[in-house]
Amino acid sequence: MSLTAIDRNSIGARWPKLHLSQARWLSPLVLLAIWELGSRTGVVPTRILAAPSTVLITLWSMIVSGELPSNLLVSLARAAAGLAIGLVAGVSLALVAGLSRRGETAIDPLMQIKRTIPSLALTPLFIVWFGIGEAPKITLIAVGTTFPIYLNLFAGIRAVDPRLVEAARSFGLKGPSLIAQVILPGALPAFLTGLRYAMGVALLVLVVAEQINAQAGLGYLINNARDFMRTDIIVVCLLVYATLGLAADQAVRLLEARALAWRPTFLKS
Amino acid sequence: MAQPIALSSVPAHPETAAAPAAPAVRVRNFTRRFGQVTVLEDLDLDIGRGEFVALLGRSGSGKTTLLRTLAGLDPADGQAVATPASKAIVFQDPRLLPWQRVWKNVAIGLGGPGVRARAEAALGEVQLGHRLDVWPSTLSGGEAQRVALARALVREPGLLLLDEPFAAVDALTRLRMHELVLALWRAHAPAVLLVTHDVDEAITLADRVLVLDHGRIAAEEKIALPRPRDNDAAFQALRHRLLGHLGVEAPAPRAVAGEGSLVAFPSGEIVA
Repeated sequence: MSLTAIDRNSIGARWPKLHLSQARWLSPLVLLAIWELGSRTGVVPTRILAAPSTVLITLWSMIVSGELPSNLLVSLARAAAGLAIGLVAGVSLALVAGLSRRGETAIDPLMQIKRTIPSLALTPLFIVWFGIGEAPKITLIAVGTTFPIYLNLFAGIRAVDPRLVEAARSFGLKGPSLIAQVILPGALPAFLTGLRYAMGVALLVLVVAEQINAQAGLGYLINNARDFMRTDIIVVCLLVYATLGLAADQAVRLLEARALAWRPTFLKS
Repeated sequence: MAQPIALSSVPAHPETAAAPAAPAVRVRNFTRRFGQVTVLEDLDLDIGRGEFVALLGRSGSGKTTLLRTLAGLDPADGQAVATPASKAIVFQDPRLLPWQRVWKNVAIGLGGPGVRARAEAALGEVQLGHRLDVWPSTLSGGEAQRVALARALVREPGLLLLDEPFAAVDALTRLRMHELVLALWRAHAPAVLLVTHDVDEAITLADRVLVLDHGRIAAEEKIALPRPRDNDAAFQALRHRLLGHLGVEAPAPRAVAGEGSLVAFPSGEIVA
């Protein structure tokens, strides 16, 4: 905010010069214009892809009718529930494996084996086990998000500078206070990287999991739209997924700026 | 204008003058092996209460192993190693927790009321009272090492262990750190073991310099020169002897000539 204010002041009343060579927003706009033109002239039929203007109108009507907010809420609740379970599981497993050799011997081989199986490949098995209700969807998200959290936090705990640990020990820290004051803060940057990955995974798995016989949610909207060849609704849902991805990333960035305020990269800004 | 100064065992300092019967550190017949390699062998060491001892030695001479054993970082394996209950180390690198503000780093491991006040006082003593609440990454190398010094002294240790603490700071900062360490030592009077490979630093600071070689104490020099110590003839003579103990051939000082004729010496640092 302050930066733009300074810029404006220094430039004064004059308009800032347009530097087309640096206008990164230009090519997306051009693409949108070509797309709109193609739709208007009939080159791109609506059943292939709806026009951007149609998508915007559909978006607005879906918001006003409450159809989009209510289904978005259902999808967000699924993602949040799965992520919460994955977070608790990933953090617990990483703490046990990271803080004790015995824990590592017991847990890490299993996690490394599981890592080789793509989480989405478990979908048929989960449908057999949990049916086609909410349970398989949330379980899929939980399983998918456990791994990035576990792997990053475990590596982060093991990568804590042993010289810092030694110094802290020499000043009387041990056991829980050593873990709380030295090891966990040292592993926090790696954990937040894991969290960012996990949020991406949660969204990805959500998209796939919602295709399983959903009665509500973004996936339900997309499935219905597909049946009626409503490409405008499909594009609206894609936009919403993209916005969710951006929002998740932004949330972790904010969290990092707060939790890692001591890092030189954040100190400069 | 070199004056003849006795290099005898005359006490250099009031604090060290009256060494009581029980020393701060007492090590007897200490041996430490890593596999086939004997690092320390049959080593005896006494450090009096409030005495400032410098330990010189080449890389691999076992000086860091000895310091770590006294610090309790390496096990003594039931051998005769007696040290004060309160010990504090200043490492070669500051080893501050980057996610804790400066005063919290000083207060690490301390409990009870008034912790912040104690940390503030300690930071004031190292002239960093104005940087209590900053992150360690914003400190210069010399400032960070002063925080490490405050972190050690806030515990009022009976034994202060300095593991080449000035090796990584620039020469000017090092000179100021020497003065600071001496002032703090006078104020708090801990026994000090300074591990260094810098002969000049050892002579400038210590009451007694030990030379460690092949796991044994190969030589000992008591320094009775009054502080602050100038690089005068007596200093040079001592330096020459210590370099000799360390196996470095240096030209003999011709400093006895009255007109303060200083001889250029090679650098006092031993490069291993």
